[in-house]
Amino acid sequence: MAEVKLLATWPSPFYYRVVWALKSKGIAYEFIEEDLANKSPLLLQYNPVHKKIPVLIHGGKPICESMIILEYIEEIWPKNSLLPNDPYEKAVARFWIKFADDKSPEIWRVFRSVGEEQEKAAKDSLEMLKTIEEHALGEKKFFGGDKIGMVGIAFGQLAQWLQVIEDVTGVKLLEASEFPRLQRWINNFKQVPVINENLPDYDQMFAFFKGRRQMLLASK
Amino acid sequence: MGEENKVILHGMWASPFSKRVELALKLKGIPFEYVEEDLKNKSAEILHYNPVHKKIPVLVHNGKPIAESLVILEYIDETWKNNPRFLPQDPYKRARVRFWTSFVQQHLFETMFTVVKTDGEAQEKAVKELLEKLQVLEEGIKEFFPDGNICIDSNNVGLLDLVLLSVFGPYNVQEEVLGIKIIDMEKTPLVYSWLRAINQLPLVKESIPPHDKLAAVLKFMRENALKSSSA
Repeated sequence: MAEVKLLATWPSPFYYRVVWALKSKGIAYEFIEEDLANKSPLLLQYNPVHKKIPVLIHGGKPICESMIILEYIEEIWPKNSLLPNDPYEKAVARFWIKFADDKSPEIWRVFRSVGEEQEKAAKDSLEMLKTIEEHALGEKKFFGGDKIGMVGIAFGQLAQWLQVIEDVTGVKLLEASEFPRLQRWINNFKQVPVINENLPDYDQMFAFFKGRRQMLLASK
Repeated sequence: MGEENKVILHGMWASPFSKRVELALKLKGIPFEYVEEDLKNKSAEILHYNPVHKKIPVLVHNGKPIAESLVILEYIDETWKNNPRFLPQDPYKRARVRFWTSFVQQHLFETMFTVVKTDGEAQEKAVKELLEKLQVLEEGIKEFFPDGNICIDSNNVGLLDLVLLSVFGPYNVQEEVLGIKIIDMEKTPLVYSWLRAINQLPLVKESIPPHDKLAAVLKFMRENALKSSSA
């Protein structure tokens, strides 16, 4: 079988999306840590357009952009499928994957800003959470079903990174009483073995992002 | 046949997102009903079919709605497997098509949008960025046309062709309204030839709105944006 390598950085939520997909399918891979402050020739060779991680390298061929990587993984290793078979259900899943990709950056705007800008970002983040609560999550255990899939993985940032952002900035976004479905999903998601065993250590993440925020604000 | 395969497209004639879905259906020879939506007065159907974004295009297939143009295009390709196939069969090639589609949609389109909606220094900056990104695209698409030969016909039009067309197909209109050269035959010869090839397809020629109508919409959009940003 061709070699699988994953070029990424800890604790990027995009890196973890790929980890969850690979692990859920039992695919062995080699992790190559990238230093984004000092980009390696490997990264520049494999992702010359964006110079970003994660990059999946399969048999020497690079695949970039986390959700494109996930679709690739799903097509090459269809076992333990992460997308519905039915084309319509698949389209619904892809709608939510796009929503996750388009809107999740709002929580990072909260992380990176202060004052009025942060207030606006918080407002936009709440809108996103509200939409997920009201439209994306039915009464099912996970998005669209009773086991995790690509949609849940796409929203994975909300399961741990959101809490880190809240704790580092002091801005509370997800009140369990206001978002019962989301809170329930987060609890269920984090208990799934492949997720549970592959989440960054909370305290390490907190320390890392606290330091990052201090640096960001100091440079403003 | 009856209700077995009822396809309705809710769209807007000037929307590039709507146009790409319309073309996709026509290219695959899928019979559909087209509903022109008034975006200033959104219909109950749009609010019902796309409650999250309340936008077009929305494809309704046998009563079930799908929103987001790229999601719709993949759905069409998976449901109607006749030519043209919008995505290749090979997973690695599919990933490459998706990558460049995302580049055109997220980077080129967004930057183009900024060029349309700004002036002065802000626009100069956006134009510079746009031209740089077009160079990146020029380099990138060499993997799709390794011998420099661009051969597009109604049997092999794909996702990337449709998305590129919807963003830069009317580049003549864009250049005229903005007074800027965007698709330069000398600077980006592959992109230039590629757009020409797609624009020549009979179905494309008959589906693209008239030059003057598109120019009027673009002018209107630009004037509105400049007015509201200086207000």
